[in-house]
Amino acid sequence: MTTMECREIFAQLSEYLDGELPPDVCEQISGHIEDCPPCVEFVESLKKTVGLCKGMAVEVEAAPRPLPEELKARLMAALRQG
Amino acid sequence: MSQVTEVELAKRLMAGDTSAFEPFVEGMQGRLFRFAFANCGQREDAEEVAQETLLKVFESLKQLREPERIRPWVFRIAKNICYMRRRKSIYAPEEELSLDQLMPGFRDDSDGRKLEIADWSHLPEKEAMSAETREMLRKSILELPDIYRHTLLLRDMEELSTEETAEVLAINTDAVKTRLHRARLALRQKMDHRMRMETAAR
Ligand SMILES: [Zn+2]
Repeated sequence: MTTMECREIFAQLSEYLDGELPPDVCEQISGHIEDCPPCVEFVESLKKTVGLCKGMAVEVEAAPRPLPEELKARLMAALRQG
Repeated sequence: MSQVTEVELAKRLMAGDTSAFEPFVEGMQGRLFRFAFANCGQREDAEEVAQETLLKVFESLKQLREPERIRPWVFRIAKNICYMRRRKSIYAPEEELSLDQLMPGFRDDSDGRKLEIADWSHLPEKEAMSAETREMLRKSILELPDIYRHTLLLRDMEELSTEETAEVLAINTDAVKTRLHRARLALRQKMDHRMRMETAAR
């Protein structure tokens, strides 16, 4: 995060984490990060941010109440009519 | 519910197989609620958005020629319904975020340059997050400008593909990637800020 190279990498970190970069670019980035403590620390925080978002998908607290029967009947009617 | 299952269930529904009704409705309701809740921040609103979306989906299912497109199609409807119901006051301003403003600060120490960021080491990698972290996450997501919040929720929470997300948002795949990166960086920054405030308050 503190050198020119860090800044260039900063712009590509999501693609890097998502495995969307060509192998040679990917290798170059891992090579830099390994030897750069600020990058290690930053990438870790970004990775965890993404992990938390993915984690939200399985949160039990985020479950809705069951659908009203009346609405289900309307959906079924719409389907039959469709 | 995986994509294959959703597509499979949509195919069966469109072919008039009513045994697909319950699993389809239940799975979609859960996803739509989750998306709307994270997107607008109100449980009641989110339940209504999920219901309204389902109704619209069933009323116009015939117009969906390719069942393979069920996910982007459904989320597009949901996003529009959320948008129409939005409460302006709680929404973040529309703004483009630049990479520069999302970059962390740093200071020079005797043993080299140090980032000025919070200590993230206590946060989980995969396992369930604490209630405190979840609250922090919800608030931070709600503060993201619309275009970034939508991209982030579709890609990272709902795990839609880049192509599907592009279809929902009516933008190209490069724009999805750019927005996703900035959305993640912005969320990281907001979480970081909150964690540092907390540490400072302790
Ligand atoms: Zn670096």
